[in-house]
Amino acid sequence: MTTTPTTTASASSAAGNSFSDVTSSESALRRFLHGLPGVDQVGAEARATALGTRSIKTTAKDYAIDLAIRMVDLTTLEGQDTHGKVRALANKAMRPDPADPTCPATAAVCVYPDMVGIAKETLGTSGVNVAAVATAFPSGRAALDIKLADTRDAVEAGADEIDMVIDRGAFLSGRYLEVYDEIVAVKEACGPAHLKVIFETGELQTYDNVRRASWLAMMAGGHFIKTSTGKVQPAATLPVTMIMLEAVRDFREATGQMIGVKPAGGIRTSKDAIKYLVMVNEVAGPDWLDPDWFRFGASTLLNDLLMQRTKMTTGRYSGPDYFTLD
Amino acid sequence: MARIDVRKTYKLYIGGAFPRSESGYSYVVNDAKGKFMANASLASRKDARDAVQAARKAFPGWAGRTAYNRAQIVYRIAEVMEDRRPQFVDAVQKSEGRTAAQANKVVDEAIDRLVWYAGWADKITQVVGGANPVAGPFFNLSTPEPTGVVAVFAPQESSLLGLVSVVAPAIVVGNTVVVTSSYERPLPAVTFAEVLATSDVPGGVINVLTGSAATTGPWLASHMDVNAIDLTGVAGDADLAKSLEEASAENLKRVRRAPSAEPDWSLDPGTDRMTGVLETKTVWHPIGI
Repeated sequence: MTTTPTTTASASSAAGNSFSDVTSSESALRRFLHGLPGVDQVGAEARATALGTRSIKTTAKDYAIDLAIRMVDLTTLEGQDTHGKVRALANKAMRPDPADPTCPATAAVCVYPDMVGIAKETLGTSGVNVAAVATAFPSGRAALDIKLADTRDAVEAGADEIDMVIDRGAFLSGRYLEVYDEIVAVKEACGPAHLKVIFETGELQTYDNVRRASWLAMMAGGHFIKTSTGKVQPAATLPVTMIMLEAVRDFREATGQMIGVKPAGGIRTSKDAIKYLVMVNEVAGPDWLDPDWFRFGASTLLNDLLMQRTKMTTGRYSGPDYFTLD
Repeated sequence: MARIDVRKTYKLYIGGAFPRSESGYSYVVNDAKGKFMANASLASRKDARDAVQAARKAFPGWAGRTAYNRAQIVYRIAEVMEDRRPQFVDAVQKSEGRTAAQANKVVDEAIDRLVWYAGWADKITQVVGGANPVAGPFFNLSTPEPTGVVAVFAPQESSLLGLVSVVAPAIVVGNTVVVTSSYERPLPAVTFAEVLATSDVPGGVINVLTGSAATTGPWLASHMDVNAIDLTGVAGDADLAKSLEEASAENLKRVRRAPSAEPDWSLDPGTDRMTGVLETKTVWHPIGI
């Protein structure tokens, strides 16, 4: 009962000419995506659960917690966001634990496009990136030119990374080429910014669809594939992330190209984060254990990581009173 | 055919549930004559951590209830205890090596103590709070508020009356409690937890750990999310008491120091166990606007 998909014949042959024949027509693309091996749902869930039972202690835990902090995309995506809140968040991203200078900074802050300027101004040259959600986030229900304008706005304001959402309606009704073209167009609009493609796996219904969406986004040139917006339940889960990790692993085997993975939403405790890291190591490989290739989209997770970190360094349990709320 | 014994598993009480110890450890509990009675869960540091988490979670809801409602709930604990009297009498008799009559008296006193403390819930504010005369055109009002999560070490000798006498004052004024029971006499505490679970006390308000204060103590004393600590159960162990006091200093916990010997619990308890876990909030308000 293995869930490991072998790279299909079509994938390997497609790799040679960077998928141009696969994406040449709607039917070729459908043939390719539906030709991907199916996901054994029970097996995938069992494996994800099994990988979650590893015991990570002492120095390994120290390492995992610091790594997880470096991987966090500290996120605030609320209608009630203010400039002040974004500034506070950006400051927290640079120095998550003001009491401990050895605590690493997070990878990025993730905000709505209109907040990019504020975030950028605060972060300056700290090395913490600004990620902006674009393309009519979170529903993705807007005309293409609006989505592209949204993306350009964010990039012009200084966003280093763009988190786009795919058109789930088009994907679910089988209009794969439309989704593909949209990703390609948004990538072009991104210019130098990195592109993360959000699938909203909670709306994709099946694991097979998650695997198809992963390949579709990777072929279209996304730098990262991301599970969810955080606005739909269920958000990131271990099995879904595992399937995406398998996809990036197989994609590298086929093309030599490395793609990052970002689970987002619903990861709240250090324990959960460490489960994800174990899975990254076991499924995709240690190459992905780096903030350039794996990220957590989270807000409350950071505080729990900081509490655990404080516990590891001081030897006593910490409490939520000692960390900022957002 | 002889019936097979249905033996009870004595478990911890954390967040309204009865988990076994996270560590998987248990220890043998003997009665006063040294005869085997049961295996009790041996609480570990992680159980203590989980209990503090549960207590913290329960705190806003419990502190936010009206004093009147807290009184009703504490009174309800007394009602349910009365209902399960034979079980308590039996546990006290065996654990403390008392006669049936003595044990009955202890259970009476424990139930009465709960009723007594229940009455205090809506009166303590008037007694320790009030309007302060100030030299200016202001109302100046002081009100007591619960301090937060209280770690309590229950007395080692008096396994029921002592336990009730240290837990009730902390919760009745709105705190939540993590209590480590008597090490050698934990069974009345487990039965008491079963009463709590069925008497409208919200999960997490009282968390009962069975095991040794030497194990859970250092973690609770150094825990930054615990606001007060009651070392009554560490009476007689000056070294442990000292180290727990030192560890408590880090986040300025309120500390109730360990007495040199266990007090006589049948005496009038006074109000200091309640006032010791209260903070005073004072509000200034201009007169005449």
